[in-house]
Amino acid sequence: MIELLKQPWPWYVAGPLIGLTVPALLILGNKHFGISANLRHACAACFPGNISFFKYDYKKELWNVWFAVGILLGGFLASWLLMNASPIQLNPKLVEELAGYGITDFSNMIPTQLYSWDHLLTWKGMLMLVGGGLLIGFGSRYAGGCTSGHSIMGLSTLQWPSLVATISFMLGGFVMANWILPLLIN
Amino acid sequence: MKNIVNHMEQGKQATLGMQKNVVNQKTYSYIPYLLVGLAFGIVFVKSEVISWFRIQEMFRLQSFHMFGVIGSAVAVGMLSVWLIKKYEIKTMHGEPIVFKPKKFNKGQIYGGLIFGLGWGLTGACPGTLFAQIGSGASVVAVVLLSAIAGTWIYGKIRESLPH
Repeated sequence: MIELLKQPWPWYVAGPLIGLTVPALLILGNKHFGISANLRHACAACFPGNISFFKYDYKKELWNVWFAVGILLGGFLASWLLMNASPIQLNPKLVEELAGYGITDFSNMIPTQLYSWDHLLTWKGMLMLVGGGLLIGFGSRYAGGCTSGHSIMGLSTLQWPSLVATISFMLGGFVMANWILPLLIN
Repeated sequence: MKNIVNHMEQGKQATLGMQKNVVNQKTYSYIPYLLVGLAFGIVFVKSEVISWFRIQEMFRLQSFHMFGVIGSAVAVGMLSVWLIKKYEIKTMHGEPIVFKPKKFNKGQIYGGLIFGLGWGLTGACPGTLFAQIGSGASVVAVVLLSAIAGTWIYGKIRESLPH
């Protein structure tokens, strides 16, 4: 059983489990699934400045912070107890393309040849880690949610603005992965 | 008149009581949320959703995996919400479950595109950041701190952005 759990889980197991988060949070206490709001709570709790957007009672949203802590612990438990030693199975076309940029290590969830403490102070590393983080935080709040709040929760409740947001997420990612990223890491 | 004043006074006390309840909410009442997050984090790691490589595959249309994950998650979410509405399922505490409609604004397009660029670059969304850090990729803490900074910048210049 443990051996089976250590294998990568197929989409038809993972997807429905992720989908069940929606009713689980609703039934536990009328909570709406969404993770990027935690970034706003962090601002409200630590450095609200004099900004009206951060003046609200974030303590009412503490459940979400606990939820995020749970995700962190889950990440720890899964990689500690259920780690799969073999490298990720990727489409050979991607492997070939990445090899062209010198990315040949597929043993981690992140490309350590681009994405590590050693690379943080190089301009590529800075751009990916700091620049990428800024885009994620700014964009998700501007859009009013991220993949969880819009693409999962919003679409589950048939909100058309969430469909607009999801299409925009996909378009932005498509443009970055196919046209901008190759220029940046080449 | 006296009645109305009395009534208002009662209302005020009830509101105060509710506020106190929220603030004093015991830590253990949050444990179920921690556990749901924990399960979610395990699924994230084991389905390789937190992998930068899987996200690159998705955006290059080289694999069905991520589309399958997102698609089936939405399908199960939709079905659950439909069942909750149809059978008027209540929360564990017996309250009716409420849904808040989202209003359209241009931020969903502009912000969505900006978020997408960040997603394609880092291979991460806010949820997977936490799971990546937990799985030992400590450098991702830099991305998380930058994302908090990005949210702060949005809050700061919000009024001057098109919505």
